[in-house]
Amino acid sequence: MTKTQNSKRTDRRATAFLSLGFRALGLFRISNFGFRDSPGGGRRRIGEFIIEWCIRASGLVVVAFVFLIFLFLLRDSLSLFRDFSVRDVLLGREWLPISEPPKFGILPLLVGSVLVTFWAIVICVPLGVAAAMFIAEVAPRPLKHVLKSLIEILAAIPSVVLGFLGIIWLGPFLRNTFHLSTGMTGLTGSLLLAFMALPTIISISEDALAGVPKAYREAAFGLGATRWQTLWRVILPSASSGIVAAVMLGIGRVVGETMVVLMVTGNAPVMPKSILQPLRTLTATIAGEMGETVGGSEHYFALFAVGLVLFAITFTVNLIADVFLRRARR
Amino acid sequence: MVDDAIIKTTDLNCFFGSVQALKSINLQVQRNEILGVIGPSNSGKTTFLRALNRLNYRVRSYSQTGEILLDGQDLNGIRDNVLRKKVGIIFALPQVLPVTIFENIAYGPKVHGLTHREQVDWIVEESLKKASLWDEVKDRLNQPAVKLSGGQQQRLCIARTLAVGPEVILYDEPSSGLDPISTAKLEDTMQQLKADYTQILVTNNVKQASRVSERCAFFLMGELVELGQTDQIFTKPNDRRTNDYITGRFG
Amino acid sequence: MNGAKIRQRIAFSVLGVLTLAIVVPILLVMVYIVVNGAGAISWEFLMAAPRQGMKAGGIFPAIVGTILLVVGTMLFSLPLGVLSAVYLVEYAHDNLFTRLIKLSVVNLSGIPSIVYGLFGFTMFVILLHFGTSILAGSLTLAIMSLPVIITASKEALESVPDTYREISLSLGATRWQTVRYCVLPYAIPGILTGTVLSLSRAAGETAPILFTVAAFYLPRLPRGVFDQVMALPYHLYVISTQVPNIPLELSFATALVLVGLVFLMNLVSIILRAHYRKKRLW
Repeated sequence: MTKTQNSKRTDRRATAFLSLGFRALGLFRISNFGFRDSPGGGRRRIGEFIIEWCIRASGLVVVAFVFLIFLFLLRDSLSLFRDFSVRDVLLGREWLPISEPPKFGILPLLVGSVLVTFWAIVICVPLGVAAAMFIAEVAPRPLKHVLKSLIEILAAIPSVVLGFLGIIWLGPFLRNTFHLSTGMTGLTGSLLLAFMALPTIISISEDALAGVPKAYREAAFGLGATRWQTLWRVILPSASSGIVAAVMLGIGRVVGETMVVLMVTGNAPVMPKSILQPLRTLTATIAGEMGETVGGSEHYFALFAVGLVLFAITFTVNLIADVFLRRARR
Repeated sequence: MVDDAIIKTTDLNCFFGSVQALKSINLQVQRNEILGVIGPSNSGKTTFLRALNRLNYRVRSYSQTGEILLDGQDLNGIRDNVLRKKVGIIFALPQVLPVTIFENIAYGPKVHGLTHREQVDWIVEESLKKASLWDEVKDRLNQPAVKLSGGQQQRLCIARTLAVGPEVILYDEPSSGLDPISTAKLEDTMQQLKADYTQILVTNNVKQASRVSERCAFFLMGELVELGQTDQIFTKPNDRRTNDYITGRFG
Repeated sequence: MNGAKIRQRIAFSVLGVLTLAIVVPILLVMVYIVVNGAGAISWEFLMAAPRQGMKAGGIFPAIVGTILLVVGTMLFSLPLGVLSAVYLVEYAHDNLFTRLIKLSVVNLSGIPSIVYGLFGFTMFVILLHFGTSILAGSLTLAIMSLPVIITASKEALESVPDTYREISLSLGATRWQTVRYCVLPYAIPGILTGTVLSLSRAAGETAPILFTVAAFYLPRLPRGVFDQVMALPYHLYVISTQVPNIPLELSFATALVLVGLVFLMNLVSIILRAHYRKKRLW
């Protein structure tokens, strides 16, 4: 018998004795403190059952909301399409909801939305991507933080405040600069919307740029490229998926924005010929006319049809953005 | 040896997705023994250990066939929380919760429905004593547990496991992050716990197994190659592969 | 200096100028509002009801209304959002239902605010007979806030180390106990930060409350959840477009109060984030 075993045996005896002592004292069974095997009593288990049920239900509720929103829009839109053909509504060039007989051609509104969105995106994408490049690759660390906070401030300004500034300041300014009859035009809306979409575009583009693997950068530097060449030829192309996603999300934001366009684009539901004229978007139409409709009237249903079109547009745009975001993450 | 098996596995096969991690394991663990489990990495030791308290099921692709009996009862018939109260585990690196020493240990009793303050105090004290940590921490129970040294944290983990009153304690390479002195203390603690608990020690350190365990199992590539008295495994193993491993020819 | 270096310098300067073209207007807007609005802010303006068809007096009912709406929004969206995130991170298997939830969150975040307004109107005002009321408005804003709260909570839950869950489960805690004691406490800071941020957006939103709660002119405080209220953003919209001859100062002051409230909430969220980041032990 070896020495270790000997000492092991003494150990064993000692611990056995100790535990025996404890047990003899009758205080407790040393290895089990003597509380129940099942956690808590029945009430506790019922509580747990309820909360877990709530957790699962809340997931369901989120899905249900999307379905409900879609269903309600669809239901009320369909009521309109009983009396007006889909073709007349989608391609009709006249929106005359309170004339007799009414006409619900949403094409002028759709074109208004597209026009305003197009110019807003044309203005804000170059600016936003440039700013994202500056923040991600050029600015020193302290400046980067300052810039990011400023962008966050911009994101926090309520749209109604920007609309107000558009009325009292930007509109008159543009009227005088371009010698227009009114400052409340599509361009006023586009400029403000571009401003509002910047935070979305900058932050997502910047994430995409910062997410480009270090190895790419180092490889380019290793080949003797300058920081600018690396940024322009290597980093920017590698981040392109993320930037496309940023642009798509920007479009979604601009198309769906309501208050600014309601307040500054002049509210003229006619087919716009130029961005320098008053026009009317899909969102502004709903916001502006809903309060004046009678529940259950054709006009009321027509506004839901406009909502459905909006829903379809933003749904598609966001889905595309999501696809590109996923691709960017990979 | 008296046949008093507390754990008995029959034809246990474990899979992660399509990869088979354990192949047909038949093994019995005796009550109040320390069973050493040795083998090179990826031999299935840890999978075996985590099969015993069903932690493997945290991996979504995991599946197993065969039977594991605890005190004659099929593991599949026991609720997870009840099973894990009986079969505790100590992880490779000391894992403490970012709360105080006291709260770390009181956590187990709390989730098992024990709210009586005096009783919890007493359990914390007894658990720390059994894990030979009481004297070192009794004056600072309300300090964050992360401030303890690695060795102390590992013994805190033992105390935390003891506090729920287990029958079996599983150790998953418990001293892999510890210095030799802390390791020695840990091994002392294990010896002291022998009287009341069944302990299974998975270790990469062959010497540790020889110091601590009474019986020893050698796993290789998901198979149980050999199981026997520790003396026998280390002095005259039946299988050449066991001999190769413990003499350091691979692993 | 070689050609490449010069080109780099020019390119970086262009980027800098374009960035400046964004930064300057932001600062201008802020300064413009503060300079024009600060003069009209007084105790009376903050604490009194509007008088003479909103041409005089204060905006107290609108401030109270907005605060009530924010609180109501939080009551609905915080539990629902956090529980959904808990489901996604702690309970869900990777199945069709889970993917459906994730897709729904993405879509909710993209739906225009005016469409929420339409939905809130048919669902809460008409179908459930809540009328134009605080209840209907809060519910509408709550649904709109859900995606941000869910996303923030999800990130916060995912950042809690998995070892905490493993410790808890290994001690025999049930899944809910693990979530309740070993995950949620460490995710709360992130959840709160996201929640306050999304509530600050809700406070500034106009479109969803246009037909669900907002009152044009209601110089008394609400008596219950089925009452209408005035709200700051809607009030600003009304006095700058619907009512002629409002003193410009009043509009500016209203804008300043609204912006101030929203920034205050953002500040709270930033402070929360910084505070917990410093304190965290894992």
